[in-house]
Amino acid sequence: MNIICCIKQVPSTDSVRFDREKGTLIREGVTSEINPYDLFALEAGVALKEQCGGELTVLTMGPPQAEEALREAISRGADNGVLLSDRAFAGSDTLATSYILAKAIEKLGTWDLVLCGKQTTDGDTAQVGPGLAQRLGVPCATCVESIELIEEGKVRINRRLEEGTYTLACQLPMVMTIEMGANSPRIPSLRGKMRAKKAEIPCLTAESIGVDQVKIGLNGSPTRVSSTYVPEFSGKHELLQGSPKEQVDALIGILREAGIL
Amino acid sequence: MQGGIWIVGEIRENNIDPVTFELLTKGRQLSEELGEELACIIIGPKVKGVEDELFRYGAKQVIVIEDEVLSPFCETLYGEIIAHYARDREPSIILAGATERAKAFMPVCATCLETGLTANCMDLSIDPDSKALLQTRPAYGGNLMATIVCKDRRPQMATVRSGVFKAVPLDENASGRVEELSIPDELRKNPFVLESFKPLEEAEDVPDYKGAEVVIAAGRGVAEPEQIKKLKELSQLLGGVLGATRPVTDMGLLPHHAQIGQTGQIVSPTLYMGFGISGAAPHTIGIQGTKIIVAINKDPDAPIFKFANYGIVGNAEEIIDCLLEELRTLRGGQA
Ligand SMILES: Cc1cc2nc3c(=O)[nH]c(=O)nc-3n(C[C@H](O)[C@H](O)[C@H](O)COP(=O)(O)OP(=O)(O)OC[C@H]3O[C@@H](n4cnc5c(N)ncnc54)[C@H](O)[C@@H]3O)c2cc1C
Ligand SMILES: Cc1cc2nc3c(=O)[nH]c(=O)nc-3n(C[C@H](O)[C@H](O)[C@H](O)COP(=O)(O)OP(=O)(O)OC[C@H]3O[C@@H](n4cnc5c(N)ncnc54)[C@H](O)[C@@H]3O)c2cc1C
Repeated sequence: MNIICCIKQVPSTDSVRFDREKGTLIREGVTSEINPYDLFALEAGVALKEQCGGELTVLTMGPPQAEEALREAISRGADNGVLLSDRAFAGSDTLATSYILAKAIEKLGTWDLVLCGKQTTDGDTAQVGPGLAQRLGVPCATCVESIELIEEGKVRINRRLEEGTYTLACQLPMVMTIEMGANSPRIPSLRGKMRAKKAEIPCLTAESIGVDQVKIGLNGSPTRVSSTYVPEFSGKHELLQGSPKEQVDALIGILREAGIL
Repeated sequence: MQGGIWIVGEIRENNIDPVTFELLTKGRQLSEELGEELACIIIGPKVKGVEDELFRYGAKQVIVIEDEVLSPFCETLYGEIIAHYARDREPSIILAGATERAKAFMPVCATCLETGLTANCMDLSIDPDSKALLQTRPAYGGNLMATIVCKDRRPQMATVRSGVFKAVPLDENASGRVEELSIPDELRKNPFVLESFKPLEEAEDVPDYKGAEVVIAAGRGVAEPEQIKKLKELSQLLGGVLGATRPVTDMGLLPHHAQIGQTGQIVSPTLYMGFGISGAAPHTIGIQGTKIIVAINKDPDAPIFKFANYGIVGNAEEIIDCLLEELRTLRGGQA
């Protein structure tokens, strides 16, 4: 089974700081990591490949340094990595991103399954997976917890929605997004790290995948971020003083005033 | 006339998800501001019978797409069908709750229509000049709020978190038109075959977090069965509900539905009291609508104090014991 796993490099959660004044992300000192949700998609892909044979390719669209994310994914069990990088991709929203990823996937040759994370920790829309499926003209299933091969070209999946878990039989090819916590992502192995170091990572550009320029980047993105701000709470700020008993008494007074007691 | 505002209603097992009413209430306001009609579209294997309730929340028209092929849920199918009718009728706005289903079929639909989709909105308004829909949403785990517009393409599409708008019904007699649509043959295929369904074990009653006047929240600083038990009593004494941060629900000290925040419940009580909570953005985003925020944390530099109206720097356990004692006496005196 040929599997493609889409991963995104994101700022690591504990390194991001925000400028309250300007309402923007402070870029200095930001370190990057593989989107934590994507590790579950990657593990699902590696496990399935081990079971059924075939190849697992990781694909990412991002700046040149996103190559690191691909190497890390290889150290965690992927066979190959492909980078999609071009200035023309910058500013793509999810509609443009799914278009670019789909064009690249079509270029990569035959595949049976495309895996995505459930969402990212930065953009956090969860829209790329379903959008990508539509671009590729195949069905999508989100919130997938497990995948099992029934027979050639046919899988059984568990997907969890609000009310419970559905077990479904589905025909490949398709796109799935993997639920957080669906499995235990393995850590990079020593052999994996060696392979990752030596791996050749091809870089695809707008031209090499033959995208329509009007459908990519800022111009190809119908949504625009018109402003950003750091959320703040307004109103009174007061620290209650004294011994715990005095603090609690003050608190009781506040509850009374608010009509709760 | 083309145009109009569509709310995609969410009906699961004959229950309407309350986010549908919240969106209809907001939709009413948008419909007045834009002078466009408000419609509710309901789609699924068994959705008929709720039309009157939807009228009561302001829908002027209910579009019903009921068909067995819609079970099991398949986002590709739902998204393509909604896109099919949207192409034909050209609504200017399509909104849905940010439920698991809608978060999956709305991107399919937006891709079919080659338009923009804003995820997990926490506010919607109309730009007075351009009349465009201003869609405000959290990114970076709630550390940043972004206002998104879809300037040139229509429809403007968004999913909206539940709990951010209040549902207000109109009078009992509100009515409207019902229109039933059938699925075109070329779309009438479901690629999924249902083998089995296992309902959530937590079939126990989920408290009404959204409607709660008082929310007590437990953080990692009080993540022990003993403290959780005391906080449960405290929430009962105050007539409220007990919620938690993600580490606490991850540890299994409280059920998953008790998690408050970006990936959990959005609450807007009169009083929120957080014990041993640092105040990470993914959590605080869930309490933004609160009137009075009280935080108890032993670390004076904990970010939660930036949000709190009243703070207590100290050991949460001590405060809990003291508060419980006072409240027991108070309540005892009243009984
Ligand atoms: C503040 C802010 C708000 C935004 N709001 C919106 C919005 O409301 N609507 C909108 O359309 N766009 C929005 N964007 C743009 C959006 O973040 C980008 O399009 C981004 O490239 C993909 O979206 P995501 O991070 O939400 O991915 P998600 O859809 O959450 O990602 C799901 C999965 O898709 C795969 N994936 C995502 N991106 C890539 C990639 N670059 N390479 C490979 N695989 C990938 C991964 O498997 C990932 O786990 C916003 C951007 C910012 C900065
Ligand atoms: C994508 C994503 C989504 C998330 N969604 C959510 C969500 O929906 N909801 C959510 O809550 N989190 C969510 N999180 C996790 C979130 O980032 C934080 O990790 C979490 O909210 C922290 O919980 P906490 O405050 O209980 O724990 P900590 O951050 O560990 O804080 C514990 C606090 O307790 C204090 N303390 C310790 N002992 C005592 C004592 N005896 N008395 C008083 N104070 C004490 C400490 O000073 C500290 O400030 C999400 C994270 C990600 C990446």
